[in-house]
Amino acid sequence: MWIYEKKLQYPVNVSGKNVQLAKWIITQYGGPDGELAASLRYLNQRYAMPTERAKAVLNDIGTEELAHLEIVGTLVYKLTKDASVAELKAAGLGGHYADHDRALFYVDAVGNPWTAAYIQAKGDPIADLTENMAAEQKARATYNWLINLSDDPQVTDVLRFLREREVVHFQRFGETLNYMQEYLNEKKYY
Amino acid sequence: MAVNNPCQALLRKIQQVEFVTLELNLYLNTHPEDQKALEQYNCMHRELCELKKQYEQQYGPLLNYGWGMNTGNSWRWAEQPWPWEM
Ligand SMILES: [Fe+2]
Repeated sequence: MWIYEKKLQYPVNVSGKNVQLAKWIITQYGGPDGELAASLRYLNQRYAMPTERAKAVLNDIGTEELAHLEIVGTLVYKLTKDASVAELKAAGLGGHYADHDRALFYVDAVGNPWTAAYIQAKGDPIADLTENMAAEQKARATYNWLINLSDDPQVTDVLRFLREREVVHFQRFGETLNYMQEYLNEKKYY
Repeated sequence: MAVNNPCQALLRKIQQVEFVTLELNLYLNTHPEDQKALEQYNCMHRELCELKKQYEQQYGPLLNYGWGMNTGNSWRWAEQPWPWEM
């Protein structure tokens, strides 16, 4: 089970309303390489993992991704909460307003809704761990592009923190993959 | 980033210490025999518990479902602002 902690993993401050930036950042909320996809991918892959270590890694990184989802949601919320309809329209969020008003929704930067087709569980631990390493790199690259787009230094600071986490996750998944390969080789020979 | 009130300052300290315990937790998942990391983990765990207790005594539960204490005569969990509003 999960216990909620009433705090963010990392403090989120924004310099002010910035609808355009929010429209891009939301892709890390509900886009193909975003935090929802990451979390659901890892938490779901746990069940089919043959080693205790891999289960722990997937469980704990999947849980941290939920904390990142909340950080991204907070960014979008703070950047859009006082936006006028005209401002939403000017930033290309007229369609979002029609469907959701200022509510958050799981969409990418151009408004496509989240889909389970973004993620996979192959049941093969090597395939799944390799997918996760690629996913971490894609998330890192997305944060890179978002940092390039950001014109708010306080938002950039949060994006840098999140980018760094993807690097750490990639490292941990790499170690898990090596250990898994050793484990599967040993199993073959004994 | 300057923090202007004691509640926020304590929360910031908790975020810092918990970041260390989280990092050690992920590291230990793939290095379970690392004695130095194990020692650091337990040491930071104690510091985190102390800080959380301090926070909850003053500002209400940080965790739900019975993992945080409620002080005063109303249910502070539903009164204190949510993370995205702070
Ligand atoms: Fe990640």
